[in-house]
Amino acid sequence: MTKKKLAFFEGYVAFIGVAVVGMLCAFEGVAFAQNTDTLGKVNQLQEVKINEYRVSRQSLSPAPLQILTGPDLQRINSLSVADAIRYFSGVQLKDYGGIGGLKTINVRSMGSNHTAVFYDGIQLGNAQNGQVDLGKYSLDNLEEIALVSGQSDEQLQPAKSYASASAIYLKTRIPAFDDKKYNLTANFKTGDFGLLNPAFVYQHQISRHLSASVSSEYIKANGKYKFRYTNGVYDTTAVRNNGDVNRFRLETAWFGQLNKQGKWHAQVYSFLSDRGLPGAIVANKFNYDQRIWDRNIFVQGNLTQKFGERLAVLINTKLAYDYTRFLDPEYITLNGFLDNRFHEREAYVAVSANYRLTDRWQVSFASDYQYQDLKANLYRFAYPRRNTFLNVLSSSVKLSRFEVQANLLSSTVNDEVNAYSSAGNKQVFSPAVLFSWKIFEESNFRLRGFYKDIFRMPTFNDLYYTFIGNTLLKPEFAQQYDLGFTYQNSFKKQQLTFVEVQADFYYNQVKDKIIAQPGANLIRWIMYNLGRVDIKGAELNLKTGWNLGKELALGTAINYTFQQAMDITDPSDENYRQQIPYIPKHSGSFLAKIDYRNWRANYSFIYTGYRYNQKANIIYNYMEPWYTHDLALGYGFKLKQASFNLNAEVNNLLNQYYDVIPNFPMPGRNYRLTLNFKL
Amino acid sequence: MSKSKIHQLLIVLFVLSLVACRKDPKPLPAEISRVEPEPNSAVKGFYLVNEGNMNMNKASLDYLDLVNGIYTRNLYNQVNPEATKGLGDVGNDIGIYGDKLYVVVNISNKVEVLQVKTGKRIGQINLANCRYVTFNQGRAYVSAYLGKVGDPKAPNGMVAEIDTAKLAINQTVEVGRQPEEMAIVGNKLYIANSGGYSPPNYESTVSVIDLNTFKEIKRIEVAINLHRLKADRYGDLYVTSRGDYYTIPSRLYVVDTHTDQVKKVFDVAASNLAIDGDLAYLYSTEWNYIQGKNTISYHLIDVKNETLLDQKFITDGTEKNIKIPYGIAVNPVSKDVYVTDAKDYVTPGKLHCYNALGKLKWSVATGDIPAHIAFVY
Repeated sequence: MTKKKLAFFEGYVAFIGVAVVGMLCAFEGVAFAQNTDTLGKVNQLQEVKINEYRVSRQSLSPAPLQILTGPDLQRINSLSVADAIRYFSGVQLKDYGGIGGLKTINVRSMGSNHTAVFYDGIQLGNAQNGQVDLGKYSLDNLEEIALVSGQSDEQLQPAKSYASASAIYLKTRIPAFDDKKYNLTANFKTGDFGLLNPAFVYQHQISRHLSASVSSEYIKANGKYKFRYTNGVYDTTAVRNNGDVNRFRLETAWFGQLNKQGKWHAQVYSFLSDRGLPGAIVANKFNYDQRIWDRNIFVQGNLTQKFGERLAVLINTKLAYDYTRFLDPEYITLNGFLDNRFHEREAYVAVSANYRLTDRWQVSFASDYQYQDLKANLYRFAYPRRNTFLNVLSSSVKLSRFEVQANLLSSTVNDEVNAYSSAGNKQVFSPAVLFSWKIFEESNFRLRGFYKDIFRMPTFNDLYYTFIGNTLLKPEFAQQYDLGFTYQNSFKKQQLTFVEVQADFYYNQVKDKIIAQPGANLIRWIMYNLGRVDIKGAELNLKTGWNLGKELALGTAINYTFQQAMDITDPSDENYRQQIPYIPKHSGSFLAKIDYRNWRANYSFIYTGYRYNQKANIIYNYMEPWYTHDLALGYGFKLKQASFNLNAEVNNLLNQYYDVIPNFPMPGRNYRLTLNFKL
Repeated sequence: MSKSKIHQLLIVLFVLSLVACRKDPKPLPAEISRVEPEPNSAVKGFYLVNEGNMNMNKASLDYLDLVNGIYTRNLYNQVNPEATKGLGDVGNDIGIYGDKLYVVVNISNKVEVLQVKTGKRIGQINLANCRYVTFNQGRAYVSAYLGKVGDPKAPNGMVAEIDTAKLAINQTVEVGRQPEEMAIVGNKLYIANSGGYSPPNYESTVSVIDLNTFKEIKRIEVAINLHRLKADRYGDLYVTSRGDYYTIPSRLYVVDTHTDQVKKVFDVAASNLAIDGDLAYLYSTEWNYIQGKNTISYHLIDVKNETLLDQKFITDGTEKNIKIPYGIAVNPVSKDVYVTDAKDYVTPGKLHCYNALGKLKWSVATGDIPAHIAFVY
């Protein structure tokens, strides 16, 4: 036991070393950057501006935008980004359960690979399987989570931001200083599953133009929880095994001001994880021994510079290295246990420019280059490398009540392999148009919509994974249409202080969907471009704010999603025009928060309707609806300069046992306690 | 809006949350389909095990009552609702010996023992990564990939001898890596070794076990990655090689048990076969890289003369409706041929019945990945 721990920490030390080197390099760069102006004040001003703006960012956005910000992130019952994202509409979370279980997101039924995840404006890549495990990202250092269907309407952004059907933007905290030159936040979470989770964020103002932050977190959990399966006759309760998690994250970031018109941001992110892989609970087999180790590190930065009133330039860059090891003691080869190791590298650079032709008319151009490669100790592995070139030309016209934006994205992908065959070159042009129209002068009612043509590239696994990959694969295309409205109003001297409504109807069609089909036997699946899915949906978000008395405030949020996602692959299939797996027709959430003096209370309800776990909509594939009630109670107080917050959570209050993925049970009722300290 | 209105709203939401309730859990029901009855059939019917996709815990058992023409889907859960999580994950083989039915469930690490008459559960034998079953003189022999979980030195392949009265393992014998099908000729058990866990170092032998001593006495060199192994009535074994899925193609080999040597190679791909009398019914599904798709073929072999016949066992062209042939059985009396279609592995499959002239008689929907059949007399 101790030996294992030691090995894990040795791993840390190596990584911390790398991170420190990264820091020093960045400081080196900083020396040049110290010139004029007060960064602190600018930051503060921006904060204020952002906060004011934020209230209506969702309403103004031509593409449906949902946002959770700092204060809300702190108080909702969530441990990771994945938990928080359940409160958004249009989203299905594929959750394998527990702290370490894989959690991926499926937006508007198009599949996980169509959602890009951005970390401070730069995409978290995964060339291997194209999916980001949102359970890996904790909320601790995050200031904001935003989900945009379609694409962000920012004018100055990298081409990657145009290159997915939907996107999640994770933003880390930007330091803001008042009278003192540092901020310290420390957190400690503990609770069920043997959870021990200390974390801190330290921010320091080095000079008026430069500030830095360090954020670190450790999560240890045994991942044990009770689950129960019953068919009314048998009734079995057992404890989840092999769900232990050991995770460590260390991040540093620098924020600099170049002159009046420029700023930069650089960060190093490192993540180490050692965990068990809990398997499917099937008859006579409840326990597993498989393990996964992850080492992720990336260094990234961006620089924004304005040249006068008209031109602005943004440069983004990133280097990333990801290592994964998978060990299966139940799979014994000639060399012992199956022990797969994957090394993925990425280099990325993006230049974007925005030019104001007139006060109302802007044009933007963005050009990204990305290099990715993958090594694996697999039999007959191809050792693929991928060069991706993205170029976008975008233009927007903003009148006082009408806004339209159009862009054309060119994607050039070139694959090369060291062995066997490669998928070759691909060139795709993808257009998008977005609009927002404030119909009445006096009312905050906006009509909005977009059309977007996009695709996802086959991943390295799709193309090259030994025995499964098929290099003949084409990209998977998605066409999206969206029409909706937003309405927002605030009232003075009333109990109801605030109303915000967003409603959208959408139609998506996915064609050449990449799906696994059988080869000659169960072990031998092959990827094909076979599926065709027709998706109609509606989303409703309703937020209200209430002032119920002197110090009593209530906020509510309701999300509802309807999705009809039909398989229209082949009229001769028995499941033709049936709902695709894992997509419920109805899902939604309800969130209420009450503030009274130093007390905060939260209640949330999440509902996912019935759905099927395989293609055929028959009883054998039917999955019951699930719904959870979560409660949280928080108390905050100040002691001299320090502020303390105590938060107690009960999750799944009614102890409902359910699966999101069949045979991967979710936890029943569980408790969590958070102590937060700010200086 | 007033406070009472908020309360009303909250109450409505609460009621809504209750309305959206889950149903009381119930055992999964069986479903019945009708096929053409054969009132004079000497064979009463057969059990069919559907493998179900991995991790889905959807192995299921169907029963065809040939005499009355009643096909029952998902019989197991109805007869054995008390079995936790049902039949299990990936049914891999089925066999009948005496009045007992044995179902080998691979990922669930067990052999389920049921009453042939009712499908009612009698017991289970735990065996890690078990694959196939065969019988001889009061004993069941089960091949398995794994000696012991978590021990890299443990055998990578073995056969367990099970006492069919006590339903317990008597003894085990180590064979080649990842062993598959078995057949018993005389007093010897022949087992195909695959070595599928360590490509490209596949196994290429058939292990021979003397059932008197229960020791491996030799290994017969055949071809890489062996899978199926069936005995004909002339003392020959028909053994399939999966090839390496790339350059070495799948083939069918004939091993003479008198000499314990390969005596013939059929130059056809072979996924699975059933031998009845002098005929072997063979199909194959082979991936073709150039075309980027599977090539499916069906053949008949005369096992007496060891020749590939021109004649086919499906003659009406309906084989083009089979997406992935996955199981095959021949009615020993009527000579009807049953071929299962696993389709895309994640939708319910089909069972097709062809008469002795190769014409489609009927088709019926099965569970997921219908694969293995055992006749009831």
